[in-house]
Amino acid sequence: MKKKYQAKIFVTLRPSVLDPAGTAVQSGLKQLGYDNIEQLRIGKYMELSLTAVDSESARQQVDQICDRMLANPVIENYRFDLVEVEAFSGVS
Amino acid sequence: MTKFGVVVFPGSNCDRDVAYVTNLLGQPTRMVWHQETDIADLDVVILPGGFSYGDYLRCGAIAQFSPVMPQVIAHAQKGKFVLGICNGFQVLTEAGLLPGALVRNRDLHFICDRVRLKVEHNHLPWTQAYTSGQIITLPIAHGEGQFYADAATLAEIESHNQVLFRYVGDNPNGSANDIAGICNREGNVLGMMPHPERAADSMLGSTDGLQLFQGLLAKVATLV
Repeated sequence: MKKKYQAKIFVTLRPSVLDPAGTAVQSGLKQLGYDNIEQLRIGKYMELSLTAVDSESARQQVDQICDRMLANPVIENYRFDLVEVEAFSGVS
Repeated sequence: MTKFGVVVFPGSNCDRDVAYVTNLLGQPTRMVWHQETDIADLDVVILPGGFSYGDYLRCGAIAQFSPVMPQVIAHAQKGKFVLGICNGFQVLTEAGLLPGALVRNRDLHFICDRVRLKVEHNHLPWTQAYTSGQIITLPIAHGEGQFYADAATLAEIESHNQVLFRYVGDNPNGSANDIAGICNREGNVLGMMPHPERAADSMLGSTDGLQLFQGLLAKVATLV
């Protein structure tokens, strides 16, 4: 029986890549009076639902998906949290 | 005759500009819908500018997995010519045919302008109709044209003379080493942010981009 999982995926720019948009937002915060902000970098957050036989195969698949498409390893890092959301009783 | 194919992704918008130029040069040209899987008849594949798949996720991120792309990669691996202009350059880096990546312009603006470029060398078909060190002016129009590669990759690109076009004077987008266009190690795949096809008819004020196509034609003619 397949189970249903949800992956919460975070894609962030590698530290060596400049983030001009993050810098612009940071300066906006400074304008607001928050002068103790040391750094702000903008990334992406994605939620992905999938079915898999177990958490290990779900994890492997999400990892592959991130590596192939959701993140570009040349400029980005990724990490994700995986949770089982409910028993899934669809056709396996 | 050199047979050109211009790949049309959903969201491409410079495809017909490219075909206008290859037709102007009297070459057979066909538009290749991104779902086609047979491009064996082509000598040169061009990935045009535009906003393939709305630039969703990252520029070129989704287009790299279009059904035509394995054929484009195979075409390149045979040593045949592939040119990516603007969004096409972004697709080529995403697909791994060219090193590095193109990220948001340093100053965050979409830039639509004409820029001065230095032709780094003319040892490849792409630039053989120019002189080494020649300064040309081509249009640019992009929001994500800042070339990025890590230090090791940049050093490798430079040491193999893979930079063909470099911004002169003002670097418009913050590209590493002022890079505007690079080729692969073998020299048969070129990606560039400037638009040579928009400067190939004197009616539009400049023909600085025409020699790129002419140099390529001269090379392919010697292969037949």
